[in-house]
Amino acid sequence: MAARRPNSLFSMGRKDKLFELSVMSVAGLTLALVWLLVAKMILDAQQSISEFGIGFVTGGAWDPNRDVYGALPFIFGTLVTSTIALLIGVPVSIGIAVYLSELAPPWIREPLSFVVELLAAVPSVIYGLWAMYALRPVMVDSIEPVFVALFGWTPLFDGQPVGLDKFVAGVILAIMIIPTVASVSKEAMRAVPDSQREAALSLGATRSETTRMAVLSYARSGIFGASILGLGRAVGETMAVTMTVGNANLISWSLLDPGQTMASLIANNWGEAQGLQLSALIEIGVVLFIVALIVNVLARLVIGRFMKAVPTTGGGI
Amino acid sequence: MNRHAYRRLKDKVASGLALACVVAGLVPLAYILAEVVRIGAPAIDWEFLTSRTKGTGEPGEGIGNAILGSLLLVGYASLIGLPVGLLTGVYVSEYGNNRFGTTVRFFNDVLANFPSIVIGLLAYALVVDLLNVGFSLIAGSFALAIIMIPIVANTTEEALRLVPNSLREGALALGVPRWKTVLKVMLANARAGVVTGSLLSIARIAGETAPLLLTAFYSNYWSASPTEPIASLPLTIFRNYNSPSDVLLQQAWGAALVLILMVLTLNMGVRLFMMKRKRKTKAVKKTWKTRLSLRA
Repeated sequence: MAARRPNSLFSMGRKDKLFELSVMSVAGLTLALVWLLVAKMILDAQQSISEFGIGFVTGGAWDPNRDVYGALPFIFGTLVTSTIALLIGVPVSIGIAVYLSELAPPWIREPLSFVVELLAAVPSVIYGLWAMYALRPVMVDSIEPVFVALFGWTPLFDGQPVGLDKFVAGVILAIMIIPTVASVSKEAMRAVPDSQREAALSLGATRSETTRMAVLSYARSGIFGASILGLGRAVGETMAVTMTVGNANLISWSLLDPGQTMASLIANNWGEAQGLQLSALIEIGVVLFIVALIVNVLARLVIGRFMKAVPTTGGGI
Repeated sequence: MNRHAYRRLKDKVASGLALACVVAGLVPLAYILAEVVRIGAPAIDWEFLTSRTKGTGEPGEGIGNAILGSLLLVGYASLIGLPVGLLTGVYVSEYGNNRFGTTVRFFNDVLANFPSIVIGLLAYALVVDLLNVGFSLIAGSFALAIIMIPIVANTTEEALRLVPNSLREGALALGVPRWKTVLKVMLANARAGVVTGSLLSIARIAGETAPLLLTAFYSNYWSASPTEPIASLPLTIFRNYNSPSDVLLQQAWGAALVLILMVLTLNMGVRLFMMKRKRKTKAVKKTWKTRLSLRA
């Protein structure tokens, strides 16, 4: 007996070590593989990087005939569509979050959060299809003319509503980022201690005043982080944008003109691109990768513990 | 109007605005579902589901090869993604209380929110370029697996964290080795959460389009070869959404209906199941509490 015990303990420890090592190597190898792939991607972009240098991000031409490629129109398109998405999507999301966290009767909270999260489950390509045949006519017939009438004198709404433009792409993006921004903001608001609300209420504040003074100001870093996550989704979203943005490689301030984003350019040209053009497309991917990395690390740092609330079923972003 | 009435009015308006935001968020969902069913349903019949896409726009085309392709892509992706994600989750939760574990968790979170088109580029870099296979089923599955891994890892970690520590301590105190404790006690108790996460990740990758466009591409033929391009439901929609041919457009809506049915039933089923379960555990806890208070 006495001789066997240390022996069995030893073998137990060895199996434990083996199990831990194998589990760790699976986790580590995945991580290593992803970064290896990133390195390979940058290597693939090398041809374009050495050909155009820093001029790539300031170049305005995308011309396969002359083999000259620049990313400026697509960076511009991505910025414009994402900005529209945030301007529309974030206020609506905050409204939803306030309702779900502060106002809704308890029995409706769970089913309603559930339905909002279903919005994230709809595949991106179906958003695009719907936008093309249902949202587009509504935008062209009723919404865009209103903006033209009101703001037609600014360069932003100069032109005729056609419905394949940066405005429509921004609106569909706004709808697509709502589930992310709303659910993370809601988690941030739920994390506000009740003592904050009680203090405001006891001073005679109404519910909306309590929400503004106690909840929104307390949860603002969480809401900010949620918006950054929404930005990340909007920047990288591909299919719905490709199907609505009009796919024209031009820089135009009018939201009613077609444009192109970095992601939609890759999707549109992937099949045919070869040689230098393929390398340039991959370089655009590298730019997108860097933007996504910065945005996500930033969001992670800002929201920290709320991050786990991100719906993991998000449609094809 | 006195100040009090003004403040109450403001309160009402603010509440109304919040409710309006909820409605604004729900209208698109209802509208999308209604349109997909309205336009897609007439396309669906046995022939449509079992014959292949041809891309010519003549009547008699179906989406059979796209359904098969989607199933194969998701199946192969799960073969890689589920075990790797599960083991990563186990590592992070059970052994990850160190710097390396924190790093893995951090990058999993970052990867989970990455644009899927970038993931498509990464998969392209490996399979199409490095292994020299070209657009293929295996490349598409690999891309989907990379999307899957962080989702499964995160949900597994979360599920393991919910298992009461006393169970782990009990098993270890009885002399059960740690690896056996993890597999037989921890994972067994966390299995509902693990299964939920896995199913949700499957629902998520079934609708992915951009990474497939970059890796699996498309084929109008029945194909199951791992090294050949393959059709999928999302790409059938993307190829046809702008087509001047009514047949092809109808095909896109039909494919959208089949896809959305697959994704939403999986999603709703899993979530409803979880909600019910949560309510049950709450009820159990409550009865225990009342029993305890009775005893005291």
